[in-house]
Amino acid sequence: MGRRILITGVDTFWGSMTAKSLEDDPTIDTIIGLGTSDPKVELERTECLRADHNYSIVSRIIKSTRVDTVMHTFMATESTAYSGRMLNENNVIGTMNLLAAVGGSSSVKRLIVKSSSLVYGSSSQDPYFFDETSKRPSPARLRIEKSIIEAESYVKDFAQDNPHIAVTLLRFCNVIGDNIATTITRNLRKRVLPYLLGFDPSIHLIYEDDVVSALVFAANSDLEGIYNVAGDERVPWSEIASIAGAKLIPLFAYATNVISAPLIKTGIVKVTPELMELMKYGRGIDNTKFKTAGFSYKYTTSAAVAKFCELNQLRINLGKTKPEYKYQKDVESFFKHSPSVIKEAAQPE
Amino acid sequence: MEKSTKSTAQKEVESKIVKLVDKSDKTVGQSFRQSDVDRWGRSESTRQLTRKIFDPIYSKYFRTEWDGLEKIPAKGGALLVSNHAGAIPPDAPVIMHGIEKELNRPVYGLADFWFRTLPIGGTLWNRAGGVPAHPSNAYGILHDDQQLALVFPEGVKGPSKLYKDRYQLRRFGRGGFVEIAMRSGVPIIPIAVVGAEDAMPILTKFPSVSKALSLPYFPLTLNQVLLTPFVGPILASVAYLPAKFKVRVLDPIYFDVPPDQLRYSKTKVLDESENIRIRIQDAIYDMLAHRKNPWLG
Repeated sequence: MGRRILITGVDTFWGSMTAKSLEDDPTIDTIIGLGTSDPKVELERTECLRADHNYSIVSRIIKSTRVDTVMHTFMATESTAYSGRMLNENNVIGTMNLLAAVGGSSSVKRLIVKSSSLVYGSSSQDPYFFDETSKRPSPARLRIEKSIIEAESYVKDFAQDNPHIAVTLLRFCNVIGDNIATTITRNLRKRVLPYLLGFDPSIHLIYEDDVVSALVFAANSDLEGIYNVAGDERVPWSEIASIAGAKLIPLFAYATNVISAPLIKTGIVKVTPELMELMKYGRGIDNTKFKTAGFSYKYTTSAAVAKFCELNQLRINLGKTKPEYKYQKDVESFFKHSPSVIKEAAQPE
Repeated sequence: MEKSTKSTAQKEVESKIVKLVDKSDKTVGQSFRQSDVDRWGRSESTRQLTRKIFDPIYSKYFRTEWDGLEKIPAKGGALLVSNHAGAIPPDAPVIMHGIEKELNRPVYGLADFWFRTLPIGGTLWNRAGGVPAHPSNAYGILHDDQQLALVFPEGVKGPSKLYKDRYQLRRFGRGGFVEIAMRSGVPIIPIAVVGAEDAMPILTKFPSVSKALSLPYFPLTLNQVLLTPFVGPILASVAYLPAKFKVRVLDPIYFDVPPDQLRYSKTKVLDESENIRIRIQDAIYDMLAHRKNPWLG
């Protein structure tokens, strides 16, 4: 029997992209996608199911499908994704329910969790590069950070209680890419980038393709433990703007929300509380552990910015709005189940 | 059998196509860096500018003299340990400038996190080679990058001391710098500096003001008293007196312990730390014994 994978959060960009790239792997028999809404991209052989926001249905699905690998990709890592209460519901309660379901099954051998380097925070007492064992010097203040830290603590407990399940936790740095909308890309698309007056922190970025390949790499490997995933090079904030050809818009570093309110409220620049923290001290991430494990990045931080700009320019010159794929249930089920569709014979091993 | 060979051939073609696509994608594996800011935030071009501005102060104003510069290795990591003094300590730029000028090697100055919190100044400090003194930063510079790092184990206790306590070395922290050098497997090179104390002597301090401004200390310096009538209070607070600088590099200390250990014997660490402090202190006494006055050396 081939491998059977359950992807939770298939409605998120990461979940659907991971499902899409796992579909190419003939050793995987079954891919089941579980999400709170329809997938973001066209999926050929992934069977998609709907769940509510706290994933209470997941236990029944795991029991009945007997999957061997579970991927947890629905953790929200930007505070724009959900309002406060929903964020907790999604990140913390969702993770808790998922872990309870995985722990109760006898079939699951691997669990891959997509987390964020937000757990390290950003403060003046930070080391220049956080490795997987680094402790956070400053206590978490932001709701998004708290929710991810809490979810991660559940994962750590789970890994201890279930030594027969290989748990891989990936901490991703800020993502940039043509298909993903983050606060940074929203700014860069408008050729602006806010910054705090007098500060020029350096950060890592990872290109969206590398995020997906990292998740797929983890699913296909036998890694265990925590891994940082971040593009090579730690690049200053001002340099990111200059690579992207974006204009730096100054925000006052103290009482930012009050003094710079006109810029933020009118939407000239987009900021989130977590970006505000990042803009002061940045965050350095030591990615050697994941590289030593065999993963190779396609894009460095600066290349990720350059690639993003290239594709953004292409989009502008083509004059098209975002070429969005609309998932249509009846069309998909036609391709999957209709006897009229001539399916290619399954290829031998 | 035939099918399987076909599929491997097919796979080869596919991988070639992937490689072609990757090749036409010029961003893959490339760097698009535009500035020369390294991974510790140091920028060589900023340093060059700093050196240009600082060189007249270094050679004409302070008339810096080095002794034993050849003891600093031309390559490989080493932790430079020195005494620290003066209200705005000039010893750090003097040592960094001297080594970069004479040996053409970058020096990273490890200092308090507080610098990072300063708008503008903190960024300039970082670009000019200042790095927060976190053990993991020091290890990265010394062990991974095999560079020189400069540290003042007295910390803020050095520059904040009054002129009456001049050239009396304070406690050397908790010996963290020895542990870092041991872990990184690099020698410690003690450096004794004479002159910094006299370039900006502190007459008295105002603890309540420093507390209110959240500064490490708020001093009244001799410079302010002497120079304010001529150049105004702001310039007088940052202008140095023309003290003669003498820098003596002492013999490197190698530790016979294996690197990369999580912990080292606290006894050994503190012994070594005290030993280094005494060696620097003795060198300073020796240099002062042969000094005619603070201005001519």
